[in-house]
Amino acid sequence: MKVLYFAWLKEKTGVSQEILDLPEDVTNVAGLVAWLKGRNQGFAAAFAEEAVVRVAVNQEHVDTDHAITNNDEVAFFPPVTGG
Amino acid sequence: MIRVQEDDFDPGRELEQLSAGNHAIGGVCSFIGLVRDFAGDGSISAMTLEHYPGMTEKQLEAIEKEAHARWPLDATLIIHRYGRLEPGERIVFVATASAHREAAFEACHFLIDWLKTKAPFWKKENSPDGEQWVKAKASDDAATRRWNK
Repeated sequence: MKVLYFAWLKEKTGVSQEILDLPEDVTNVAGLVAWLKGRNQGFAAAFAEEAVVRVAVNQEHVDTDHAITNNDEVAFFPPVTGG
Repeated sequence: MIRVQEDDFDPGRELEQLSAGNHAIGGVCSFIGLVRDFAGDGSISAMTLEHYPGMTEKQLEAIEKEAHARWPLDATLIIHRYGRLEPGERIVFVATASAHREAAFEACHFLIDWLKTKAPFWKKENSPDGEQWVKAKASDDAATRRWNK
């Protein structure tokens, strides 16, 4: 799956985008976040304030209980501040 | 129509083109967002806008489609810039054209409120104290909720 990080999530993780294999026991966004947090300090810091982080699956805003598969594009970002 | 671009735009020309050739249009309404030179008590020397290519266009198109579903509009235009911008520069442009002014005014207001909370853009401000990501405002969410049916 393709995973993208924007704004301070990109800075804290040190990653703008990556291709990864979804662990077999991860079935939704919340599971992916829990798994990412365990990777290293940068990811733990990026997702420390988990409630603030917004997520999109295949470029649509979704909630963290949204189901995901290896074919999805998942993006993590702070609340948007355009306009 | 929607456009996501690094370059500036000419509001006069855009407005002229929006209604050109369509004499059913009775009114055009527009909003231009500019970079301020202050945030809170501090001063801002520049800001950088990051966005999510692909999703940005998709979200703006969806917002525009929603406006057309709610109001009788003849034409709409959303331009949003990204990259480094200095105080006084234009960030965003929304224009709506309709036979009657109510639809043009309301749809223009709706579009700018909605895109502020749906379109994936993030602002980083440069100030004398360093760089800082802009925090989303609860008042923007409230402004968007007002349009919920």
